[in-house]
Amino acid sequence: MSTNTNQNPKILCVVERAGAGLDDTAWELLGAARALAGEGGSVGAALLGEGVGELANELARGYDDVWVFDDARFASWDGEAYARALAPLAQREQPALILAAHTNLGIDFAPGFSVRAGVPLLPDCLSLESAGDGSAWEAVRTVYGGKVHARMTCTPSEQGAMATLRAGAFAAAEPGAEVTGRVHAEDVGDDVGQGRRPVRTVEPEASEVDITQAAVLVAVGRGIEDEENLEIVQSLAEALGGEVACSRPVVDKGWLPKSRQVGTSGLTVKPKVYLAVGISGSFQHVGGIKGSPFLVAINKDARAPIFGVADVGVVGDLFDVVPALEAKIREAKG
Amino acid sequence: MDIVVCIKRVPDVAEADVEIERSGLRIDDSDLSWGMNEWDTFAVEEALRLEAEHGGTVTALTVGGEDDEEVLRRALAMGADTAIRLADDAFEGSDPLAVATVLAAAIRKRPYDLVLTGAVSGDTGSAQLGGMLAALLGAGQVALATRTAFANGKLEVQHEVEGGLERVVELDLPAVVTVQTGINEPRYVSIRGIRKVASVEIPVEGAGDLGLDVAAVGAAGAREALSELFLPPTGEGAEILEGGPDEVAEKLVERLRERGGI
Ligand SMILES: Cc1cc2nc3c(=O)[nH]c(=O)nc-3n(C[C@H](O)[C@H](O)[C@H](O)COP(=O)(O)OP(=O)(O)OC[C@H]3O[C@@H](n4cnc5c(N)ncnc54)[C@H](O)[C@@H]3O)c2cc1C
Ligand SMILES: Nc1ncnc2c1ncn2[C@@H]1O[C@H](COP(=O)(O)O)[C@@H](O)[C@H]1O
Repeated sequence: MSTNTNQNPKILCVVERAGAGLDDTAWELLGAARALAGEGGSVGAALLGEGVGELANELARGYDDVWVFDDARFASWDGEAYARALAPLAQREQPALILAAHTNLGIDFAPGFSVRAGVPLLPDCLSLESAGDGSAWEAVRTVYGGKVHARMTCTPSEQGAMATLRAGAFAAAEPGAEVTGRVHAEDVGDDVGQGRRPVRTVEPEASEVDITQAAVLVAVGRGIEDEENLEIVQSLAEALGGEVACSRPVVDKGWLPKSRQVGTSGLTVKPKVYLAVGISGSFQHVGGIKGSPFLVAINKDARAPIFGVADVGVVGDLFDVVPALEAKIREAKG
Repeated sequence: MDIVVCIKRVPDVAEADVEIERSGLRIDDSDLSWGMNEWDTFAVEEALRLEAEHGGTVTALTVGGEDDEEVLRRALAMGADTAIRLADDAFEGSDPLAVATVLAAAIRKRPYDLVLTGAVSGDTGSAQLGGMLAALLGAGQVALATRTAFANGKLEVQHEVEGGLERVVELDLPAVVTVQTGINEPRYVSIRGIRKVASVEIPVEGAGDLGLDVAAVGAAGAREALSELFLPPTGEGAEILEGGPDEVAEKLVERLRERGGI
């Protein structure tokens, strides 16, 4: 552990791209890493992609070092190839801490990489601090579907430790105006890209409704219990002049099409008003609600996490509240 | 195709008033109902679907105590050929890497082409076991699968990437795939189905059977430990409207009107 105390640590962030640019989490990782590294530490980024020179320069406006893996094998995300490519970098640079985002891509890449790098992994952290006089890391994460929080302590191995951070949980650091960091081109080994090959990307199916454009959304979750009961939220949405959206289990059961799913594996919506009906409020669902709408939650469980993010809540049975609300709205509209 | 499915028993907390025990290290689970982790029900179904189409075997594994045998029995009732419980006093206090190490040791002992796990456990929410297992086994992996198809010795897997996109990849076998909900429709298991497998002997394998170094698993080797469970701070939570359905509906209409929702 000689090189790996948490005092002035060297931190490596594996950043993610989004479309042609950088994902927001690239700057959230920098914010988190800077806070942990302090004045004496250093913060580097690993960037993988094809033709990503511009992005490397952008990162070098905030990160001290940027290690670039520019190769056709990284054109599309491949957690397996990423893990293989990055293991030698971690071995050479010996960071005390490796950070990545807990996104779908982070989930694909981080666990296998942590084993290859020989470091313990703290997944999906809401906070991360140095603990035990610099000999450990302490993180808060959610367990039991967000109903309980857990404080975890992680003792680094000789090789350090790794954590993935929940998107949006850490304040982003702004890049500076000038390129101040060093950009390094990295070699890519022959084993990278073996065993797993991309075949094609599948775009979401086109649909006649576009919930991303709706001002009012009535979103329904597993609490609706049965496909037949959807009718009550459909007529509430109609009364409000809004659209019906839903959580993932409703799509999994085939009750509504994927084009109505809100969340990290569904659509990102920006309505003015969002009614969450029988939805517990998992971060994967809430992560798809942007633009701080007026959020109303109707749920019979007073401890459902959705009440932690809603503006107004009704603790009650949706089968009573939803029809009552629809009636009052129709009354009010005359 | 010989398929191993890793399954876990978890409590259902969706509508429960979760209380934390005084130790601060456990929730009071005495009143909770338990069952197979939601994602794992899809993993078992996917294994059975592939077996039905291509032949082979399905083996269900869990690292857990006697109570956890229940989910292995459920897997058998769904149609799995074999179920094995991995248990040993030496496994107590294992961190996620140690659980993966135990599973890897059990999987290595038998012929396998494919390992399926759930994408995530509903209790710990870690979403890491499958990836760790793959690296330990030296097998390829892909996370968050929404479709699998086997042809010409290769497995085609569609999986969720970012921004609502999915990608199809081709994997050499053996491989580890973590399974998302919605990939299939897990079959219903009747009480009768469970009864049919009630007397099946479920073997237990321990550290010795698996050739595991006890220093590498359990509390001794753990690099991660829980220091405290607590209820999320409720500081800025929602304004809760009180009253019967009509009363709250009235108040909601008012709020919606203020906020331009009506
Ligand atoms: C990688 C990944 C990506 C994911 N992506 C998404 C995504 O894009 N979108 C998404 O939504 N989920 C996603 N999920 C799933 C997510 O983790 C949750 O499982 C899901 O959001 C839960 O949906 P829910 O709230 O409808 O169901 P539950 O969590 O089961 O909640 C149901 C709620 O209904 C309440 N309820 C029950 N009956 C009533 C009643 N009669 N009246 C009032 N309330 C009632 C209950 O109290 C409970 O709070 C993803 C998961 C993973 C691992
Ligand atoms: N104790 C266990 N025994 C068997 N499989 C497990 C165990 N814990 C986790 N898993 C598997 O790993 C998946 C992901 O779990 P996790 O990484 O804990 O979120 C689960 O869906 C299971 O398939």
